[in-house]
Amino acid sequence: MNRKSKVSRRERSEFLWGWLFLLPTMAGLIILNIIPIFQTIYQSLFKTGAFGKGNVFIGLDNYGQLFSDGTVWQALWNTCKYALVEVPFSIAIALLIAVFLNGKIRGRSIWRTIYFLPMVAAPAAVAMVWRWLYNSEFGLLNHILRGMGFSGVNWISNPNIAFISVAVVGIWSVIGYNMVLFFAGLQEIPRDYYEAAQIDGADGISQFFTITLPLISPTMFFVTVTRVIGAMQVFDSIYMMMGRSNPALGKTQSLVYLFYKYSFIEGNKGYGSSIVMLLLLVILLITVIQMFCQKKWVNYS
Amino acid sequence: MDKNRKIKSGIIYLILVIGSVIMLVPFLWMFLTAFKSTSEATQMNPFIIFPTVWRKEAFLSVVSKMNFLRLYWNTLLLIVERVICAVLTATMAGYAFGRLHFRGKNLAFSLVLFQMMVPSQIFIIPQYLMVSRLGMLNTSFGLLFPGLVTAFGTFLLRQAYMGLPSSLEEAARLDGCNIGQTFLYVMAPLTKSSMVALGIFTALFGFKELMWPLVVNTEQNTMPLSAALAKLQGQFETNYPELMAASLLACIPMIIIYLIFQKQFIEGIATSGGKL
Repeated sequence: MNRKSKVSRRERSEFLWGWLFLLPTMAGLIILNIIPIFQTIYQSLFKTGAFGKGNVFIGLDNYGQLFSDGTVWQALWNTCKYALVEVPFSIAIALLIAVFLNGKIRGRSIWRTIYFLPMVAAPAAVAMVWRWLYNSEFGLLNHILRGMGFSGVNWISNPNIAFISVAVVGIWSVIGYNMVLFFAGLQEIPRDYYEAAQIDGADGISQFFTITLPLISPTMFFVTVTRVIGAMQVFDSIYMMMGRSNPALGKTQSLVYLFYKYSFIEGNKGYGSSIVMLLLLVILLITVIQMFCQKKWVNYS
Repeated sequence: MDKNRKIKSGIIYLILVIGSVIMLVPFLWMFLTAFKSTSEATQMNPFIIFPTVWRKEAFLSVVSKMNFLRLYWNTLLLIVERVICAVLTATMAGYAFGRLHFRGKNLAFSLVLFQMMVPSQIFIIPQYLMVSRLGMLNTSFGLLFPGLVTAFGTFLLRQAYMGLPSSLEEAARLDGCNIGQTFLYVMAPLTKSSMVALGIFTALFGFKELMWPLVVNTEQNTMPLSAALAKLQGQFETNYPELMAASLLACIPMIIIYLIFQKQFIEGIATSGGKL
């Protein structure tokens, strides 16, 4: 009897302390995140005039408009193209660098510092300097090209290559982040695996494919999922690099860029909300597919 | 064999050097352009790499247009407020999720996971309308607002608490500590490295955030560096020495902090990124 009341007192005390500790976070999450999700869904059923005036209920009309809006589908395709360039390259290059740094190498921390440096720069500044490097008349890149006898390239005003130029900035910015995660993953692979492989006469490249790649696959999965989600939300570099009169804007603007444009420049928060709902749907779909596919290639030992 | 190995390591160093040059050239070009005059920066024949005279005009002009002291202060305030809020709330909630057993915990935790899976743009319009209704647009509170709590940080700290041995907690209980005391004196201090990781993560992403400041703080004297740079580019689209000078001024403090605390930065990102 005595013991039972002691247990239940303990339970009550855990309950009270638990909720006390959770209170700020849960209150914040509900007010800042959970309610806004429903508000955004609700908002997407309205047409909002300029400056938020005249919130008119229009049911699913925004979604109807969304499906027939070529700009939105183009933006979705632009976003996917961006992700298809940024994600594989940023991951492959970062993994290569991380593998090099994990071997016998001098000045490891210096290399790491350099490759991580873009991560600590403000994206607005990064986009501005790249825009300057890409400048078709006076930019450093075209100057180098002309110096080698080629003609200059319209890096960010040619609709066919502008998305690649923007993705290069994305790759450059995020390599350091991926590298740090891969490096942490590589450190957990026991050294004797490689020593055993060496005795068996396996060279570096076959060691990479038979030891490193399978054992790093959980990290690889994590980095891929988060990078895909991040790339699908690309905004900063497009907003900063593509001027509004840029002829390539239509072929590079992302879903989030359109969301920002409709919601905060044109003041149509209803349509903006329906765009962000589309984004949510696409990201959830891609993530679910990735979760499903992980059984095929991710190796949890 | 030995020669072969030398060639291999030579190739590795070569790739690392080329990569580093690509990483550094944009920063270098930012630096060099900032000290040029406009005509020097746009001169083609001969192409000028190093400024003939190291001019400070671009810096002076940018500083006269943007109150950098104010911008630094706004950014610092944003970062410090966000770090304090994140570490404080996530430490408490992480302990409850990681170590305590009580009714409703799983439901509450599913909300945390749910928040982490949803793209953050979905919150922006309602958050903006809330800040606007509170009359807090163009205030430091407006900037802080979405960072008052952190689902990501809560998850991170929960993982840290779950990794601690339960013997410590039992010892504290036998010594007569209640749950609050156990948390404060025994458990919380053991998660210091995760707190540092969360702090660095929060500071870095607060510094880098662009869309939210563009939306809520549109006045020069309350915006952080990121939004101010975007505004500057809108006004002086082609004056590259000035844009580069402003970019340099915006990036330098964080770069210096990073170079001093690089070990903590890299470990912080590795733990916070890798634990997710």
